[in-house]
Amino acid sequence: MKISTLKELLEADVLCGEEFLESDVHSACGSDMMSDVLAFVKDQAVLLTGLVNLQVIRTAEMMDMLCIVFVRSKRPTPEMVEAARESGIALLATSKRMYDACGTLFSNGLTGTKI
Amino acid sequence: MSESLNFHFDVDGENFVSAGQASVQVKKNLRRLGLPPEIIRQVSIALYEGEINMVIHAHGGTADINVFEDKIEIILADKGPGIADINLAMQEGYSTATENVRSLGFGAGMGLPNMKRYTDEMKIESEVGVGTTITMCVYLK
Repeated sequence: MKISTLKELLEADVLCGEEFLESDVHSACGSDMMSDVLAFVKDQAVLLTGLVNLQVIRTAEMMDMLCIVFVRSKRPTPEMVEAARESGIALLATSKRMYDACGTLFSNGLTGTKI
Repeated sequence: MSESLNFHFDVDGENFVSAGQASVQVKKNLRRLGLPPEIIRQVSIALYEGEINMVIHAHGGTADINVFEDKIEIILADKGPGIADINLAMQEGYSTATENVRSLGFGAGMGLPNMKRYTDEMKIESEVGVGTTITMCVYLK
């Protein structure tokens, strides 16, 4: 799935990384616990989260993720946006809740990773 | 042992927001060395979890990354409270982190298990009231 498709499905705003919208992503995960995200090294390209602090960007960076979607209308701080820009990560924000956002992407073909 | 390339960092224990700076920098440095992405990811995650641990439990510490021809060694040293029961601390889900740390997305009891998961060797030396030193290795061959 292209990030641009993901954006449309979630009716999301793009906060940075417009240049990555045509990149393909093949799997995603949703979590507010960064240690859980870090526990599974398989190629997860997208992180959906309701957590807002700089460690979300760092976690995605360590995992080589391409895109973070903030759910429940959460907005990252300017410092987070700057860090994401530097790391080449697209940031999106949606008003959908975590369950709905994950379900929407999953039912449209963007699945999780096998553990 | 052959000559190694060393990266040294002081990990600031006062500021959770700045935690992970060493990992970000090491990741950049290892990329420049042209190491395989999977190896870089393993080292970065293990170091990152270690940095977070030092900030939330030990008021900071030091991180040394030594790049050898055949392995990357990560040494994390702190003068924190020490780990009373290492076997218990290694259990997934066991954590002594505060509710505040959990609200920041950590303290799920996955830090040490993740460090072990992503490295080929891991040794914990700890004394209560004195500090903890963790040595990890990721093999390059």
